[in-house]
Amino acid sequence: MEPVLKVRDLETTFFLKTGPFRAVNRISYDIGKGETLGIVGESGCGKSVTSFSLMQLVATPGKITHGSAILTAPGMGSVDLVQQTPTQMESIRGGKMAMIFQEPMTALNPVLTIGYQMDEQIQKHLKYNAKDSRDRAIEMLQLVGIPSAAERYASYPHHLSGGMRQRAMIAMALSCNPIMLIADEPTTALDVTIQAQILELFQGLQEKMNMSVQFITHDLGVISEVSDNVLVMYGGQMCEKGNTQDVLTSPRHPYTAALIDSRPRIGVHSKRLKTIEGSVPAPHELPIGCPFATRCARVKTECWTNKPPMTSFTNSSGREQSVACFNPVPA
Amino acid sequence: MSERPDNLAVSENILVAKNIKKYFPIHKGFFLRHVGDVKAVDDVSLTVRKGETLGLVGESGCGKSTLGRTLIRLYEPTSGQIEFEHKNFLDASGSELRAARKDIQMIFQDPYASLDPRMTVGQIIEQPFVIHNILGPAERKARVQQLLELVGLRPSHINRYPHEFSGGQRQRISIARAIALDPKLIICDEPVSALDVSIQAQILNLLKDLQERLQLTYIFISHDLSVIEHVCDRVAVMYLGRIVEVTSREELFKNPHHPYTHALLGSIPSIGTGKKKMTKILTGEIPSPINPPSGCSFHPRCPYKQDKCVTERPELTGEPGHQAACHYKLNSTTQKELS
Repeated sequence: MEPVLKVRDLETTFFLKTGPFRAVNRISYDIGKGETLGIVGESGCGKSVTSFSLMQLVATPGKITHGSAILTAPGMGSVDLVQQTPTQMESIRGGKMAMIFQEPMTALNPVLTIGYQMDEQIQKHLKYNAKDSRDRAIEMLQLVGIPSAAERYASYPHHLSGGMRQRAMIAMALSCNPIMLIADEPTTALDVTIQAQILELFQGLQEKMNMSVQFITHDLGVISEVSDNVLVMYGGQMCEKGNTQDVLTSPRHPYTAALIDSRPRIGVHSKRLKTIEGSVPAPHELPIGCPFATRCARVKTECWTNKPPMTSFTNSSGREQSVACFNPVPA
Repeated sequence: MSERPDNLAVSENILVAKNIKKYFPIHKGFFLRHVGDVKAVDDVSLTVRKGETLGLVGESGCGKSTLGRTLIRLYEPTSGQIEFEHKNFLDASGSELRAARKDIQMIFQDPYASLDPRMTVGQIIEQPFVIHNILGPAERKARVQQLLELVGLRPSHINRYPHEFSGGQRQRISIARAIALDPKLIICDEPVSALDVSIQAQILNLLKDLQERLQLTYIFISHDLSVIEHVCDRVAVMYLGRIVEVTSREELFKNPHHPYTHALLGSIPSIGTGKKKMTKILTGEIPSPINPPSGCSFHPRCPYKQDKCVTERPELTGEPGHQAACHYKLNSTTQKELS
């Protein structure tokens, strides 16, 4: 079956005064129907820019400079998101493809009611009249577990708590039955008990609506609980890709392995944490070869000069896993 | 199990706080009438032992940061007592307070906001010496360079500005400033929550090394239980301005008595459990600290609520090593029923 989203060699460049900087450097992945792909990495690895690129929301001086992103939706056929004009994109954004942002307070308009912001979208994409769109909005608010939804419909974002605001964001994103949802760190700003509530809600809704999800987070624990497949990014490039449990239990890229090891874990008490020495290099300091070479414990001479290609292999669970490394961690 | 038996054997108390309350008044109307209080910290007592790391954990709005700031008198407590090294810290004023403050330092959460962008790193780290009028200019510079080295930065960075550093490096500068005057107690307010995982590990290791080298005592405030588990010897769990459970790290994670602690532990996403349905999810949200619920403030969210919990506020009780504020403490059988 054709994947819902097929990204090929996507490249987004920021044309800075200091020279062009590739925030996203030729990444490729597929997301199937009803599947969740987790994208994980530290700040500046390009995970958010990837999502913004798909939605054509990259701000100047950023520009998509290469590649394609084919979205296949029933009733719409296949379209390349990269090639859409701004007007065409408007009818996709919030309709077939929706996005949830990290900070619900900044992502919602503070001077408009929750209801107004939802109606706007429902009327545009589903062509509902005022009454129907109100009913739809309230139905969605109920679906995401907001108490007294009819009252909340008339509330402003600041009337709601952080968790409730994120629920409202989810309701808004799902109100037009998107087939593809991008969630950019949707629980990072929330407390753990609220995060657990939102993740559970999220999974329930995804199953119910059979959506495909691109879930971005820096938290490996969250990735492990929500995603089917995972893509690990570093310095704008792909490091490792595969089934989430395979990658997290048997990482092959030194970066993935180090990231997992540097996490303090409950029940595994060690005196010192394993660290990744140094920090992410600045854009103009990235090595010509592998972006991780400056911090890698398994670095070889060729890593400095050549970019390791993404290489696929069949792992011990019989599934495909790929890694971009000349000297991968032994299985 | 203990990692620093030499320190912990001398279980002398360095800080004792009794019945600390910090209320922020709410004023309304034209005449700014006093209409109520935000009870950010409501009757908290705790002791910190020399050489240990005491964790304060809880969700946003539980009062953990306010408590931290009240203990060092950045906020004046509404009522209560604080003893630092057996001396009344609340009555101290003028030179006495200044002397005591030398021994208590703080590291803040956001390394982008806690360093003056117009000062060089040298000036920032030198400030404590200037304020307390210690050492001459040349000695100060040498000391600043020493401190930079101690926290893993290059002494040659002395003339750079904060914006030239990454988040992790900035947090190292904050740490250098905090340890400049050889303090005895450092209050770390979410020192790693603004950092990436790999950098977080570096800073946590640095804090541990410094503790051993300089015999420091930490009060470590965090919302992240896995970080708390890694660094703390004892942990106090806070909910709505109160401590609901306080015990050793091992006990807390193996055998939590308070239903809130139990729920908090169950909410942490972990690697390797797979895509699953989370089972022990707490419903509802933290109530407002302006009008906290009657009785036990956790009762509206508690899965074992009884009539008594609605009417009667539970006090912190139990053995000295493990106290919880709950009428019906969890034990191994109730915990099994739960999971």
